[in-house]
Amino acid sequence: MPETLLDIKNLKIEATVYPPGEDPHDITIVEGVSVSLEGGKVLGLIGESGAGKSTIGLSAMAYGRGGVRITGGEVTLNGRDILELGYKGLRGLRGREVTYVAQSAAASFNPAKRLMEQVIEATLKHGLCSRAEAEARAVRLFGKLGLPNPETIGSRYPHQVSGGQLQRVMTAMALCPEPSLVIFDEPTTALDVTTQIDVLAAIKEAIRDTGVAALYITHDLAVVAQVSDHILVLRNGKKVEYGPVKQIIEDPHEDYTRALVSVRSIDHNEKEPAEPVLRVDNVTARYKGTNFDVLSNVTVDVAPGQTLAIVGESGSGKSTLARAITGLLPPSAGRITFADRTLSPDLKSRSRDDLRELQMIYQMADVAMNPRQTVGTIIGRPLEFYFGMRGEEKRKRVQELLDQIEMGTGYIDRYPAELSGGQKQRVCIARALAAKPRLIICDEVTSALDPLVADGILKLLLELQAQEGVAYLFITHDLATVKAIADSIAVMYQGKVVRYGTKTRVLTPPFDDYTDLLLSSVPEMRLGWLEHVIETRKMESAGN
Amino acid sequence: MKLVSQRIALGLVLILAISVLIFAGTEILPGDVAQSILGQSATPEALANLREELGLNEPALSRYLDWLFSALQGDLGTALTNGKDIASSIAGRLGNTLFLAFWAAIIAVPLALTLGLVAARYAGRWPDKLISGVTLATISLPEFVVGYIVMYILAVNYRLFPSTSVIYDSMSLWEKLNAIALPVIVLVLVVLAHMMRMTRAAILNVMQSPYIETAELKGLKPAAIIARHAFPNAVAPVVNVVMLNLAYLVVGVVVVEVVFVYPGIGQYLVDHVSKRDVPVVQACGLIFAAVYISLNILADVVSILTNPRLRHPK
Repeated sequence: MPETLLDIKNLKIEATVYPPGEDPHDITIVEGVSVSLEGGKVLGLIGESGAGKSTIGLSAMAYGRGGVRITGGEVTLNGRDILELGYKGLRGLRGREVTYVAQSAAASFNPAKRLMEQVIEATLKHGLCSRAEAEARAVRLFGKLGLPNPETIGSRYPHQVSGGQLQRVMTAMALCPEPSLVIFDEPTTALDVTTQIDVLAAIKEAIRDTGVAALYITHDLAVVAQVSDHILVLRNGKKVEYGPVKQIIEDPHEDYTRALVSVRSIDHNEKEPAEPVLRVDNVTARYKGTNFDVLSNVTVDVAPGQTLAIVGESGSGKSTLARAITGLLPPSAGRITFADRTLSPDLKSRSRDDLRELQMIYQMADVAMNPRQTVGTIIGRPLEFYFGMRGEEKRKRVQELLDQIEMGTGYIDRYPAELSGGQKQRVCIARALAAKPRLIICDEVTSALDPLVADGILKLLLELQAQEGVAYLFITHDLATVKAIADSIAVMYQGKVVRYGTKTRVLTPPFDDYTDLLLSSVPEMRLGWLEHVIETRKMESAGN
Repeated sequence: MKLVSQRIALGLVLILAISVLIFAGTEILPGDVAQSILGQSATPEALANLREELGLNEPALSRYLDWLFSALQGDLGTALTNGKDIASSIAGRLGNTLFLAFWAAIIAVPLALTLGLVAARYAGRWPDKLISGVTLATISLPEFVVGYIVMYILAVNYRLFPSTSVIYDSMSLWEKLNAIALPVIVLVLVVLAHMMRMTRAAILNVMQSPYIETAELKGLKPAAIIARHAFPNAVAPVVNVVMLNLAYLVVGVVVVEVVFVYPGIGQYLVDHVSKRDVPVVQACGLIFAAVYISLNILADVVSILTNPRLRHPK
């Protein structure tokens, strides 16, 4: 019988909230969650944002972020209830028995200190070994995690290594004190899909080789299926389902789990090619003061009422293309034609109709809205600006738009802070729609949303397209989204379009190298996918 | 270090520009040096002769260049009122002012940083409130009020230190320190609050960062987190405020010097402003500008050097 390492019983976690205009009060974030973990095993915690997965993860260190407090239950680690330890005892536990890998390694490293100093800090502070030995340990871990130049990378500063490398260094930092439990909190969520797969493989191998137990927190079931032994599905701070990974993926018992497993199941058949509404012709662009083209010779078309998906990793020039089309970055060469007229490269000299017919929706709905304006004011502004609507007429139209985005009555006088993430994005869609555009540029509009909410947004966008005949230029790094919504696809890499055509054509082999890498890196919801991809790549590189 | 040399070059250009301003400023005042020397009742011939003698009929540009080059060689001209060499009179005065500023800074800067760190460590609790309240009170009072209060308590009631701070060369260091104790105390109280509050605010700002959570989850002690992880990232804003206050200690101490009858450069300037001694005012202005700009350059350079992104580019 293997030993139980972590035993959480009937956990209750509360926080004090300070809503504007109300008295501060306590809310329950997590209630009645019990789970246990054997030494050397990996437990996946999965759920949408607000499900309490990070909060539960951090309870294994008896740590609450901000005003979060553990108010009930037991957390037993290595045979003792750590909630009874007191501050001093907890200091001895944190960074020694339990360590933590955060989502954003870039923000979680001190920018003013060298990596090695930070990696061995906990090991030294807890007096686990000498400095020389700790450094040797770190170098071994750097090598194991596949970092380049393991001997010297420690002398660099955080800003001198890439995001994927930083995430591995953070994993090395967590493993250095040789803890019995590591908490991985969305360690690959902020990474590009082709980087994610390498980091994921490195983490999995390190867990296996060191025999450490882990809590793996993520919202992506396909990712957690690759690394976990057991999965705990959470929703609104309560347990939905717990079981071995195979059962959760292949035979989920609960409806909610089934929804998570079958997410992104939108069927969308591509439409027939048609005369384009937007034509980007040989566009080249660079930022002021640089001598490097961020876009070179990009040629794509968007047909009316259809969706062109622009796919690529960060830095591939996807958003720059949007900036060139909207006139924020005048191209240095090439031509952009919109609705049979040539668009002036510069935003200032465009007509009001040019502006109206070309709208944008952004990734961060939060910051794309003025927090001090009500939903009615936000959506009403384009109505006023483009159509001169006032008073009752405007309010009626705003309500129509709210009905269209399926939000109904009762929202028009609310402020953005009173809406959920998905609702905020819907308001942004309504604002774009208010201008009666022919084309909407959607820049990563679902990336910041939970999978189920994102699904709802995609369905809404497709319905609106059918009703209004609006075309989308859909920028994303997520290939599952592309499959759900696109009629044609352009794959971008280093400022160039490397593959372009109808959806079926782009997604049918033979592939070019980059598209192949991109497609094979998308996590799939089946066991053993990660090993399979890594194995295939090893064989291919050996064959070359 | 391209950035650093850029800053220094920029500083030199700035000092040059200030020298033009100082020269032009005194030039557009009504009356000229000859008029001030001879007074209102001077005959036109006497004025013309003196102007010829002083070279005042030369074009403004050549007089400016003359003044600038002699100033660069350490010759600041002679004072009109007493005919003494300005450079040698200023040297002693400036030395006294720097002496006072040095001891005030030696006490104020470490004290302010420590109090700021302590206030940040206990943010919102009683040590923070006490430190913030007291420093706020001392900065809110005008320095002459602080000066007379300190003098009343420490010099009149307890007779610990002399109420006037006369110092001369033959005094030993200990005697000098005893003499300047009161103005040092006043200056420390005046500059403390700024630096302390900036340190506290900068540290608290950094404490919101995710890497502070990382440090907490490593099981480090709060004091170690502030000293090792928060402070190195709060240096840049703090250094700027520290340098502004150091500059103030040199160029802004006129009132304190007058209150304690201290023979510093501030008093010298005030004396000669009232006598319309233009060359002296120009010389003091130039020195003040140079001190101010060099300290600010120093702040910039320190900020650059403590920023690993600038020190170690990709």
